[in-house]
Amino acid sequence: MHSTDDQPILTVRGLTKSYNKLHVIKGVDLDLHRGEVLAIIGPSGSGKSTLIRCLNLLEIPSAGEIVYNGRSVENRFQSRGGNIGCGELRRHVGMVFQHFNLFPHKTVMQNICEGPIAVLKEPRAEVEARAMELLGKVGLLDKRDAYPNHLSGGQKQRVAIARALAMRPDVLLLDEVTSALDPELVGEVLQVIRLLAHDGMTMAIVTHEMAFAADVADRVAFIDGGVIAEVGTAENVIRNPSSDRLRAFLSRFNA
Amino acid sequence: MPYKWDFNTVLQYWDLFAWGLWLTFAYTLGSIVVGVVIGMVICFGRLSRFRLISGLSRAYQEVFRCTPLLVQLMWFYYALPLLIGVTIENYVAAMLTLSLYAGSFYSEIFRGGILSIDKGQTEAAKAIAMSDRQVMWRIIIPQAFKRVLPSFINQSVIQFKNTSLISVISVGELAYMAAVVNGQTYRPLEAFTIVALLYFIVLFPMTQAADYVEHRMRVSD
Repeated sequence: MHSTDDQPILTVRGLTKSYNKLHVIKGVDLDLHRGEVLAIIGPSGSGKSTLIRCLNLLEIPSAGEIVYNGRSVENRFQSRGGNIGCGELRRHVGMVFQHFNLFPHKTVMQNICEGPIAVLKEPRAEVEARAMELLGKVGLLDKRDAYPNHLSGGQKQRVAIARALAMRPDVLLLDEVTSALDPELVGEVLQVIRLLAHDGMTMAIVTHEMAFAADVADRVAFIDGGVIAEVGTAENVIRNPSSDRLRAFLSRFNA
Repeated sequence: MPYKWDFNTVLQYWDLFAWGLWLTFAYTLGSIVVGVVIGMVICFGRLSRFRLISGLSRAYQEVFRCTPLLVQLMWFYYALPLLIGVTIENYVAAMLTLSLYAGSFYSEIFRGGILSIDKGQTEAAKAIAMSDRQVMWRIIIPQAFKRVLPSFINQSVIQFKNTSLISVISVGELAYMAAVVNGQTYRPLEAFTIVALLYFIVLFPMTQAADYVEHRMRVSD
């Protein structure tokens, strides 16, 4: 089991997000501890994607506070003073998207190396060696010089995971990373995520794969109507749901 | 009575055609280069979140897109000097007007290209901690460049033909030379046919290139 008694690496307090009069997130408090895997589940439109996108400031929260490693996160790219800007936050908090969003004009290798070279200014040789390791980890060594449009969905998503890992993030955010995949390709991506969890990677995972969530997550948060309706161990939330809403939601899956 | 063609008389003035063609190339390339710079500046101006900058950029685009190039040329050559009290040489007015005209169209082509790139690309680039500038230059523009290439070539073909209009302010480019040779030889059919052929010979490969690029892009997408 992962230790969760230290200071949370990522903390969310009183987070809200509204688009004009539409309130998507209505006050969320959340802690993510080092080495923890948090699954975020809930019906579509419940705000789970918006919530995870707030965690690296791809969505700017309407109100509330995000704290990374004890430092308050600001909306601006570079912070002034002791806080942390979203630019620096994103060096530590990586993200993988539902639709992969690989850079189509770059090869697999270039996709993976882009961040460490262009943003972190790390030496190319070092970065490429690390990229090869990551490609080995996601099982795509032979695709290093391929362009994204020559890859299957599952391969694209594994490259996207490698691209995020190349930044050596402390936290990985995964936003419905298997939802755009053909069913037979879901397994290979989940297998990579399992591997990461086993290695102790801190992750927040928005997912519809209930069996996977129950299996890999330390904690599960059920979001409904823009608030966290239930949160606890996977055992408690998925196997023994306490509310009718959650039971109704879960009954639609074969979990 | 069938017309008796006589190209020999006209071709005695081949050096005028050559000089005219050279000037046409020079004005086209010069105004494309300056027009691309203006186009990029105005494109970013339109995309700016500052209302004043995007508004001014928009105003520039509309003024130059919604008035005829011929009128713009005459305005800059005959009218503007009255306003500022300084005479403007015809080649300056020609270069200025052609570049501003090209810039207004290029800016809109560039803007369309940038806006056509999927939002997920920006998000993925931001997610690996790129600054807005890096996102633009490393991720968005390289992709937009490929996408706007056919429109860019098309607009440049139009630009090449548009240089013929600067003959009205006596810049000695190709169309102007046709009129000169006609004045010397009274052979308009031959003179203007030759000039038309010269334009065609230069531009036909360009439109073919645009088609080829467009076709290749469809395949690779």
